[in-house]
Amino acid sequence: MTSWRTKVLPPLLAIVFSLLICSIALLISGSDPLQAYWTMLRQLGQGTTAVDTVNLATVYYLSGLAVAIGFQMNLFNIGVEGQYRFAAVWAAIIGGALHLPPVLHVVVIIIVAVAAGVLYAAIPAVLKVTRGVSEVISTIMLNSIVGGIVAFLINPDQFGVLTGNNLRTQVIDPSGRIPGIPIGDASLFGFVFIAAAIGLAYWFMLNRTRFGFELRASGESTTAAAAGGVNSKRMTLIAMLLSGGVAGMVALPELLGRDYTYAITSTQGYGFTGIAVALLGRNHPGGIALGALLWAFLDKSAVSLEQVHVPKEIATIMQGAIVLSVVVAYEVVRRADLAAAQRRVGRALSGGRPASVAEGGAI
Amino acid sequence: MTEPQPVVELRGITKRFPGVVANSDVNLTVRAGEVHAVCGENGAGKSTLMKILYGMQQPDEGTISVNGEQVRLRNPQDAIKAGIGMVHQHFMLADNFTVRENVVLGAESLHGIGSAARARITALAEQTGLNASQDALMESLGVADRQRVEIIKVLYRGARIVILDEPTAVLVPQEVDALFATVRSMQEQGFTFIFISHKLDEVRAIADTVTVLRRGTTVGTADPKKISSRELAEMMVGSELPSPETRESTVTDRDMLRVNGLRLSAADSGRAILDDISFTVRAGEVLGIAGVEGNGQTELVETIMGMRKASAGRIELVETGGTVHDLTKLGTLARREVGIGYIPEDRTRYGLLLTQPLWANRILGYQTRKPVSRGQLLDIAGARRDTERIVSDYDVRTPGIEVPAAALSGGNQQKLVVGRELSGNPVLLIASHPTRGVDVGAQALIWEQIRIARREGLAVLLISADLDELIGLSDTIRVMLRGRLVSEADPATVTPQELGSAMTGAEAA
Repeated sequence: MTSWRTKVLPPLLAIVFSLLICSIALLISGSDPLQAYWTMLRQLGQGTTAVDTVNLATVYYLSGLAVAIGFQMNLFNIGVEGQYRFAAVWAAIIGGALHLPPVLHVVVIIIVAVAAGVLYAAIPAVLKVTRGVSEVISTIMLNSIVGGIVAFLINPDQFGVLTGNNLRTQVIDPSGRIPGIPIGDASLFGFVFIAAAIGLAYWFMLNRTRFGFELRASGESTTAAAAGGVNSKRMTLIAMLLSGGVAGMVALPELLGRDYTYAITSTQGYGFTGIAVALLGRNHPGGIALGALLWAFLDKSAVSLEQVHVPKEIATIMQGAIVLSVVVAYEVVRRADLAAAQRRVGRALSGGRPASVAEGGAI
Repeated sequence: MTEPQPVVELRGITKRFPGVVANSDVNLTVRAGEVHAVCGENGAGKSTLMKILYGMQQPDEGTISVNGEQVRLRNPQDAIKAGIGMVHQHFMLADNFTVRENVVLGAESLHGIGSAARARITALAEQTGLNASQDALMESLGVADRQRVEIIKVLYRGARIVILDEPTAVLVPQEVDALFATVRSMQEQGFTFIFISHKLDEVRAIADTVTVLRRGTTVGTADPKKISSRELAEMMVGSELPSPETRESTVTDRDMLRVNGLRLSAADSGRAILDDISFTVRAGEVLGIAGVEGNGQTELVETIMGMRKASAGRIELVETGGTVHDLTKLGTLARREVGIGYIPEDRTRYGLLLTQPLWANRILGYQTRKPVSRGQLLDIAGARRDTERIVSDYDVRTPGIEVPAAALSGGNQQKLVVGRELSGNPVLLIASHPTRGVDVGAQALIWEQIRIARREGLAVLLISADLDELIGLSDTIRVMLRGRLVSEADPATVTPQELGSAMTGAEAA
């Protein structure tokens, strides 16, 4: 009986708490917190901010999902960062080199990205399963390696082109792009729908399929899952590869909807944001969506703070405070809830007294 | 000669966890200079009691007195100040440190880290009979010496009362003798020991007094020199239990499970945990395995279930039609699919997903089979329906099937597990301590269900520490000692006393 309290209360508490912390920070720096928050909120209605927020949230959403798949199995895939950049550069290179009919071109690029993500995640997955290497360590190292790989691949000697001061891959033909939906002056990424479909598929996989059940069972209790016939090594391997596959798509909304090329200057760090977003959304596809939107909103509306002479880093403080407090809040609420459920069951069955050992209590 | 003063006195200790009472009115009096054994089955409340005495948990009711003074132990530091130390079952040592560094770690303020510390450790090493140099790296030490270092750690911090938590679990017999020699010589120097164990022969060998816990409360205190192992065993398992006797024999001549020459080697040392195990369970037969815990029963079950990999030997399951399945190479899921039901000894770790609702727990182990699954997809409606059925047929007391498994009491959790494992049309049921830690009512129900299934031709492999249960339910009893099946007993004629002596290897049965 996971009540609504377990699901909704912790993130709300976390947001309120982080607003309080930021208010203190703002007051210390001599600004008016209410004015700052109002400015951020108002920014949402101005120019292209709202659409930009959703577009950025799409990227965060994919990244959050990738991390969440690992979390379900108690795997901490910090390597989403490396996996998505590895996938993005290959998708951009191959997408730019091919000349295919529309739709097919896009499909090929997506497949290449997913395959590259899987491939890059296979290294820590195989190391973990065969040698017991912690995925945390190996993915962090692979994140660091990927910078070198990207730089190597988009060097003009390999697949890159030099335009002005910037190194980038070949521009992808219009046939390989996903058209956006114009809203006002802005354009909503067409990839939003693909991301939503992936979210749905994630939910279905987790809650309705045997594989998802085995994944959750292993994540909750390796021993019980093993006794129930779940092969934990196989689950670790598949979860890591799936996580890498989704990670491979993180850069695609921007690549196929706005940039059409991957450059040495392309944004980094989406993979790390995904960890925060997954924590915020409690690995639930709906929760991750809300977390991604909140995060993107904070990122996008932070620029407006300059107008009221508030440093925009206050948004970063807020993001950090939210993540820290949400982790604490979830744990506190979870424990309180379990104790409450046990008391409820105890009361319902024994008329108010706690059950004694002699009546079948476990120790 | 007057009775020595009590150094530790626990009075009326009660400790409740949500929905359950782990210790209920427990009394324990330990006198100066004695070795006091605390006995009881797993789950009887020994560990909770020791955690309370070592300050790791606070009692809800009751008082603790040390050397006649009432104390409050809020954490282990308080306990150490009161002169109580604990040697944990699992060593807490740093392999890459030397003996001296391990001892001094965290207690640098007592004698520094230089020559004063060295002198103190030399003295203690002599007292405890540690042979290794204190500059030796911990990883070079054997298990027995590591245990001595643990004891030295406790003494170094000034403890006069030492709690030994199942100290012999990790030792071979010769090492046990050496440990007992150490304990005896230290006892002469005035140290007091509290010895946690469920091995009766060891308790009788070392203890001056024994206190028995059962189902969370003290059953009594006795002098182990004056009472026999059988009386002690009776105190531990109790005798007010409902009779598990099966009436008519339903044994057929159809082999169901054949185990041949099974061997399991320890991963690190290659020592045999199971050695040359061969037996057959026939349809309609309950084969009981008796044995003091830690003699390989758990490993035997896990090897048959495929959770451990046998080093040698063969396991076969014969289907009703006569098809022989060689299980030796199959994984756990495949073994379950050919018709093995499994009631694990520790339901919370091996049987249930505690935070998941009851209906999700119905799926565990059956995720490939009807009615809870359709191929790769789960049949959630089917799982719910079947869980409702188990809840009503097996009298699982719960407000509904949406509550997390953790919220149920132990007995009701166990009824759910039993119901689930009997639902998949099993041909073989492996029941490991099926009524451990459950109430008398649940116990009777579980026995009845096993009996009904047996009448319908189910083969049952029963492992239990409850001798009445074993004798009452089994058609054949085999005794397991140090990883081997050593003898056989006929449940129609054997008494718990005879079985008890066979289990401890005290006599050739």
